[in-house]
Amino acid sequence: MIAGDLLRESWRALGANRMRSALTMLGMVIGVGAVVLMLAIGQGAQFMVNQAIASMGSNLFIILSGATTSGGLRFGAGTSPTLTLEDADAIAELPAVKAVAPVAAGTAQVVHGPNNWSTLVHGTNPSYFQIRDWTFAAGQPFDEADLRSASRVAVVGQTVVKNLFSAGVNPVGRIIRIDRSPYQVIGELAPKGQSLDGRDQDDTILVPVTTAQRKLFGNQFPGTVRFMMAQARSAQDMKRAENEMEDLLRQRHHIGPGQDDDFSIRNLTALAKTAASAASALSFTLGAIASISLLVGGIGIMNIMLVSVTERTREIGIRMAIGARPRDVLSQFLLEALMLSILGSLAGVLLGAGAAWLVTRFVSMTVVVTIWAILLAFVVAAGIGIFFGFYPARKAARLKPIEALRYE
Amino acid sequence: MNAPLIRIENLYKDYVTGAGPVHVLKGIDLTIDPGEFVAIMGPSGSGKSTFMNIAGCLDTPTSGSYWLDGQDVATLGVNRLAEVRNRAIGFVFQGFNLLPRVSAEDNVGLPLLYAGVGRAERRRRALELLDRVGLTRFAHHLPNQLSGGQQQRIAIARAMINEPRLILADEPTGNLDTVTSHEIMELFEALNRNQGITIVLVTHEADVARYARRLVHFVDGAIEEDGPTEALLARAVP
Repeated sequence: MIAGDLLRESWRALGANRMRSALTMLGMVIGVGAVVLMLAIGQGAQFMVNQAIASMGSNLFIILSGATTSGGLRFGAGTSPTLTLEDADAIAELPAVKAVAPVAAGTAQVVHGPNNWSTLVHGTNPSYFQIRDWTFAAGQPFDEADLRSASRVAVVGQTVVKNLFSAGVNPVGRIIRIDRSPYQVIGELAPKGQSLDGRDQDDTILVPVTTAQRKLFGNQFPGTVRFMMAQARSAQDMKRAENEMEDLLRQRHHIGPGQDDDFSIRNLTALAKTAASAASALSFTLGAIASISLLVGGIGIMNIMLVSVTERTREIGIRMAIGARPRDVLSQFLLEALMLSILGSLAGVLLGAGAAWLVTRFVSMTVVVTIWAILLAFVVAAGIGIFFGFYPARKAARLKPIEALRYE
Repeated sequence: MNAPLIRIENLYKDYVTGAGPVHVLKGIDLTIDPGEFVAIMGPSGSGKSTFMNIAGCLDTPTSGSYWLDGQDVATLGVNRLAEVRNRAIGFVFQGFNLLPRVSAEDNVGLPLLYAGVGRAERRRRALELLDRVGLTRFAHHLPNQLSGGQQQRIAIARAMINEPRLILADEPTGNLDTVTSHEIMELFEALNRNQGITIVLVTHEADVARYARRLVHFVDGAIEEDGPTEALLARAVP
């Protein structure tokens, strides 16, 4: 039998029962649509997490001050200001550490002309930009000289720019007021987007840490910071850097053997890996759940094909009586099942991609429809067509001509 | 002159039923030469149809031998059997057995589909056959838009399309009125006379059987009489 004829015969058989064919396909449409949509949502989550991780900087540690203990009550990490700028300088000298940035942060009201905005002001050093892998849209970072003299200079994030300056105004060189004191804007940061915990990283102003300590947040604990960010030389150096920093800080803080640290070191890269694997687990789970509906669609095809074989037993008998070989009958029914699943999955891909588009459009959620997800759904659907179509087709092909002819 | 087209020896067919095996054919011996026109008669349940199904390679005997055109049918696999049904034999049924949702033209051309013949050629030959049975203008009709006689002509055209040497017809006029029956029989007679196609048909009606030159009488799964039609029919009706 010629391939084109086979296609035509199968198409005609499906066309003879349009409603039933359409309903059978609907199972595949929904299954494939669900897989495409769920994979898109999972991929979207992964994409967002990866973006957040990339924006965080690589091989990062965060070093927090220890917890305060006051009258038996223990407060959270970072409440006891044990970390000093000198600690930071010493850590920067460690062989496995590439850079370190002490951070003194607080909320402040900023004003420019008629606009005002409340934002998080970070006091830090020039290494911070390198550690966070943060580039500039315009201007430049403050330098060591600014740090030494505690100059009133500021680097602003995109969200702050948007809220303080009118469109088209170049903020670099302008004077803004942070808690009533004038600061000159010397740099504008490139956008970074959301962090892993969903904060807007662009809603920030960076000033020299000395300025923050002396001029902005008062001088409750002179020379101390709540936390520091440190970067290891490479991914392989993470463990070494952590050990070196711990040994150094214990020594500098005079902590004897057996005593608890008055600081804590957190490996942000490990945290990021956890988040990434959570996102990919989510992606996998969504895909797996959606695959169940694909399986149900496949069983629907098998069901209908079995009905079709029984209904058309006489037709099979006639075909065999005039010379159809078992393999001709097998191919015809297999092709019908395959057509149902492939047409169904084509429609399903459209449905899934359409739904994904609607989700992006109307729900603020990143979804990513990849060609791989579509190909995967398509190939799986075709596989399901063959797998679930084979049993009914073989049943048809194994009929004895005379028994098939006698079937009423 | 020629080797026999059909040679059947000691053919048995049993059916297993709930009440034990039923012997439908009990040792049939029959030889049919090329070009013969044979009618098979006999009461209901005498095994005529079972015999035809085995002769048409639609069914297999319980025991015994069947050589079709010198070839032992028992040695053929499913694919070769399909090929024999496709090319060597044309089968005509009492109930026509046309595909209901397929046009007359496509029904006629269907065997060519399984012979691997292309679409244009199928169409050409189907129209040629439709012309021969006088139904050219019904080429695009569906079977249920045609009369019984027309449907049987379509079925005969289908049986003829691969130019088989043998046509087996199981009560081809059983569902037709007398006038139509004669038209169909004249068609068979013409095929036999003009093209030398061997025809074996089963019938209940003496009028139909008269078109054949040889008559085989089945009774209870065995051949009771076998001889020239006229002589046997004359004797059967006293």
